[in-house]
Amino acid sequence: MKIIVSIKQVPARDSALRVASGGKWLEDSDLTYEMNEPDAYALEEALQLKERLGGEVVVVCAGPERAGQTIREALAKGADRAIHVQAEEQALLDALSTARLLASAIQTESPDLVLTGLQSDDLGYGQTGVVLAELLGYSHATIVMEVEPQDNMVRVKRELEDGWFQHVNLPLPAVLTIQSGIKKLRYATLMGIKKAKTKEVKTVAGSPSAPEMVMDQVYLPQRQKQTLILSGDANKVAHELVEKLKFEARVL
Amino acid sequence: MSVLVVLEQRGGKWNRMSFEALAAAEKVSKASGKPVRAAVLGAEVDALAQDAAAYPVDKVVALDHPLLAQYTPDGYTAALEQFIKAVQPAVIVFPHTYQVRDYAPKLSTRFGKPLISDVVDVRANGSVAFVRQLFQGKLSADIHGASDPQFVSIQAGAFRAAEPGGANAPVEKFSVNLDASQIRSTPEEPFREAQRSVDLSAAEMIVSVGRGIKEKENLPLVEELAKVLGAELAASRPICDNGWLPMERQVGSSGQTVSPKVYFAVGISGAIQHLVGMKGSKTIVAINKDENAPIFEAADYGIVGDLFEVVPALVDEIKKAKA
Repeated sequence: MKIIVSIKQVPARDSALRVASGGKWLEDSDLTYEMNEPDAYALEEALQLKERLGGEVVVVCAGPERAGQTIREALAKGADRAIHVQAEEQALLDALSTARLLASAIQTESPDLVLTGLQSDDLGYGQTGVVLAELLGYSHATIVMEVEPQDNMVRVKRELEDGWFQHVNLPLPAVLTIQSGIKKLRYATLMGIKKAKTKEVKTVAGSPSAPEMVMDQVYLPQRQKQTLILSGDANKVAHELVEKLKFEARVL
Repeated sequence: MSVLVVLEQRGGKWNRMSFEALAAAEKVSKASGKPVRAAVLGAEVDALAQDAAAYPVDKVVALDHPLLAQYTPDGYTAALEQFIKAVQPAVIVFPHTYQVRDYAPKLSTRFGKPLISDVVDVRANGSVAFVRQLFQGKLSADIHGASDPQFVSIQAGAFRAAEPGGANAPVEKFSVNLDASQIRSTPEEPFREAQRSVDLSAAEMIVSVGRGIKEKENLPLVEELAKVLGAELAASRPICDNGWLPMERQVGSSGQTVSPKVYFAVGISGAIQHLVGMKGSKTIVAINKDENAPIFEAADYGIVGDLFEVVPALVDEIKKAKA
């Protein structure tokens, strides 16, 4: 079974965000980066499928040069090889343009399955997987909890709202967006990190299409609610809070 | 040209987010001067279409076909593609449900457009822009499509649902051409896993814990806080994903929706998926070391500080207050 995993490099979760002058995007000089966590779960699912059924796991990532670090991490965890579609971040702010770049790299690989996270922690459009399926002409399912490949098809368990689930059968090839938390993530071993250095990373230059989405401005959200912020000594703020809950909110 | 809202139903019952999406569509309509049309998809949806006609819409169109009885991305996409090509709306508005997340990006791709997903507000200063949150709510962005049609989905709870009232709008049918061979996926019956033994929705007080707790071994700290308050213990998704607390204690879009008198969010940053599950709480207290954490947007009282210092101090103070 040949599995492609589409991964993204995103700013680390606890990054302090500063809006760049001009208000169009972020100041990137003080950001550090990591693998998008939902994609890490997609990679884990792919690696476990390969361990069970054999085959190959190929990682595809669209991003600037720095994304190479995240690709190496995926290889160190056990992916066999990778394709890096190089493109500047500004060209990747539109989910459709990004998916087009990824689809052209995936097309020539003719995989059985394409896995990706259900959304990214940065832009959070939650659609790259579905758009990929449409561009590639593959079937798809989203928010997948379990993957059971069968002959020329795959049976998946999808999460619906309010604690409901559903099994869906799909013909291969198929794109699945994987729900976070369905398996325990592995760490890269020292051996894995060593091996990753010798694994193939094919670099292709992406030529992005004109964006279909215009970001007028980005900004820190305005407070919609009057929030009383308490800070300082823990004992002092704990006392103040209990006073407020007792006499102002009257809930204690 | 119109603003088309696609209402969502399952088994003849509305998803109530449909009418929040309708409220957003009304706002786009007011700004652009284009009338609001509603579409209902399914098999034998006459009654639902009549029901929708009582809402503030210009027209309701039923896309009725036996192959739409059960949701499939292929069926829904094909049906809406035909309809949108026929009527050419300027903006198509969806509720941001799990179902919409499954097919709307596929549909918009057929028109060479991305979906402007999970929108929290509509800005109308001359032109229309859609406000969405990035970085799990830490950043906002005003976005618009480069050209029409624009495809937009609306976050749960972002708009007050439109109400029925006034004159009934006309109801029309649109005949959809669908063939079983176009539908590639075979869905089975939806099911629920073992009944929940914890009903957080009935809790008066909830202490909820997030990533900030760092390790499972630190959980007794918040358990103690819940105990002195007489509160139920809950968690954000990562805690349940790690198996530190059972899934039935998860609050958020994929867990339970709660509205207690007091909700303590301890070490929870406040990703959108969590906020939609708890923002109906009467009083919200947030404890987080990051002063920019979006949870403070939702909170009535916020403590910026180290939960490992603040929570024990709070336990002591509550004991004193209750003594």
